[in-house]
This record gives sequence, C-alpha cells and structure tokens, in this order.
Amino acid sequence: MKVRFLIPLVLFLLLIGLFVAGLKLDPSVVPSPLIDKPVPQFSLPELHDQEKIVDSAELTKHQVSLFNIWASWCVACRQEHPFLMELARAGEVPIYGLNYKDKRPDAIGWLKRLGNPYIASAFDEKGRVGLDWGVYGVPETFVVDSKGIIRYKQIGPLTKQAWQETILPLIDKIRAEEG
Amino acid sequence: MKHLTVFAFLCLFLLWGNASFARGDIYTFDAPQDEQRFKKLSAELRCLVCQNQNLADSDADLAVDLRRELYNMIKAGNSDAEIIDFMVTRYGDFVLYRPPVKPTTYMLWIGPLILLIIGVVALIMFVRHRSEDVLRSDELSTEEQGRLEGLLEEQSGKRKKQK
Repeated sequence: MKVRFLIPLVLFLLLIGLFVAGLKLDPSVVPSPLIDKPVPQFSLPELHDQEKIVDSAELTKHQVSLFNIWASWCVACRQEHPFLMELARAGEVPIYGLNYKDKRPDAIGWLKRLGNPYIASAFDEKGRVGLDWGVYGVPETFVVDSKGIIRYKQIGPLTKQAWQETILPLIDKIRAEEG
Repeated sequence: MKHLTVFAFLCLFLLWGNASFARGDIYTFDAPQDEQRFKKLSAELRCLVCQNQNLADSDADLAVDLRRELYNMIKAGNSDAEIIDFMVTRYGDFVLYRPPVKPTTYMLWIGPLILLIIGVVALIMFVRHRSEDVLRSDELSTEEQGRLEGLLEEQSGKRKKQK
C-alpha cells in the first residue's frame, strides 16, 4: 500500500486531536492582563459602615490575601459561599470582598443570612472599581501578595478543587517567599 | 388598493418593531465626529460576557458599563489609542476584535496564509502528478511491449504461411 493514501488519515487524526484538546478549554475564561501587576487603586466605603473606607492598601497588610468579587444577585456566588465560609472559619487566609453592583440592604441581608467570610467588603455600587479590576463575570477571586501584586485570578466560583490544586500551593509559595 | 394599504401598514409595523429593539442607553454627542468614534470603537471592542458580540450589539450589564465608560472617555477628550489602552490594560487583548500583531498572535495573523500556501502547493503537486499519470498511461510497460511484439510476430508468421 502506498504511504500517500495514509496522509488523509494522519491529517484526520491530527484534527481529532486538536478538537479533543479544544474540548478541554473553557472559552469563557479570559486570561487577565493584571496578573503579576500591582492591584488597581481604589478607595470605597465599607458595605456595613459607610463612614469606614476600604482601600487597595488594605490588601497589602497581609502576607497574602484573597480579594473576592461578589454580589447578592449572583447565583454562582451563593454556590461558592459555603467554601469561603469554610476558609474563613479555618483562618486559612484573610478574605476581602468587593460587593459589585449591588444594593446595600440586599448585600447586608445576604451576609446576615448566609454568614460573612470577609474581613471587610468594599461597596462598589456602580461597578466602576470592578471595571478597573477587569471584572466581567462574578464571582471572581484575586490572590494578592503583601506587595500588592496580583498573583492569580480565579474566574467563576472558588471551588475546593481550584483551592487545593492551584490556590493553596500558590499561597504556600508566596508565604515561603516572604519567609 | 385595499391590499396596498394593508401592505404599507405591515411595512410600517415591521420598521417600528425594528426600531423598538434599540437599547435603553442612548448617548448624544455635540460633535458628529465624536459620535462616529463612539460607533467605531463600540463596534471594534468585544463584550467579554457574550463573546461573539461587540459592545455596540451587546445588552449585557458589562457592555452597558463599558459603553458608558467609552462615552465618558470620548467626552473627556481621550484619544482612540488611550481608550483602547484603557480597555486592554483591564481586559487584555481579548477585548479587541482586531488583535495586535505580536509574537503570541503571529499564528493568528499568518496561519491562514500558511494554510493557503500548503493548499496551493498540494493542489499543484496533485495536478502535476495526475498529468504525468495520464502521459504515462499512453506508454506501454516492457511487459506489454513484449506481448505486443509477440502478437505482431505471430500475425506476420500467419501471413507468411498464408502466402
């Protein structure tokens, strides 16, 4: 048999391989250009206490902290919420929140009902700060180190799997770096 | 005549229906060139939520926000480059429907050209090969040639006998 006739088969198999690889990609995940860049500056009132200010400097107070974008209207936030509570209860890592395009009473009621895993939540009513952070689908979670550098961005709910496979090893690495 | 009126009404109705699809946020500009810029930029920027729509088409919350931002930036006198840069620093090159030419996008830009070249080369090779086959099919293999000669000899032998 001539080798020439095998060419279409080989091409076909290559194409199949390409499609299989494509199936594993999630097109809704857009890599953030903010990774390894300083956090976008902001200064917003706190969700519960309008007089209090939450700003970007707050995020540099810890070796590493999580900055979680959430809203009471967001279904996936509710899905990830128990896991954030678990993390907060275990004291794994300080968690800050950005309450994105929400209504104050709704957001406060949501936290009262489901528990509040956040040290503080900044209240971003118009979503202008979210825009600076490149938020396009809540929930999103940023890992920020003590220099205020964004080290990772989780798009969509923070799952146990993402935590164990990606985020926890990264946090350990950041902690080791900073000694 | 009656039919014509009904038809006219139907046309009007269809047009009306179309117009009512317009979005809630409508921006007005003092200068017509600003409006042109708004149209151009909102057509060139991609909405990240519904990824196959541009900012002008999308009704997603994020697109509404980004359109407002675009409007404010044009109003504030920012250049097109500044506005594009603003979007790219926040959302990455993905936000551009026309990605910049740089190492990570080389494949995107020249990939189709490479495929075209491969296709043309394959086509040329195929056609040449085939025409060679056609030419060669006129010639006889040595085996066939031998058989032919054998047959011819046989024929001439018969003829001699007949004489």
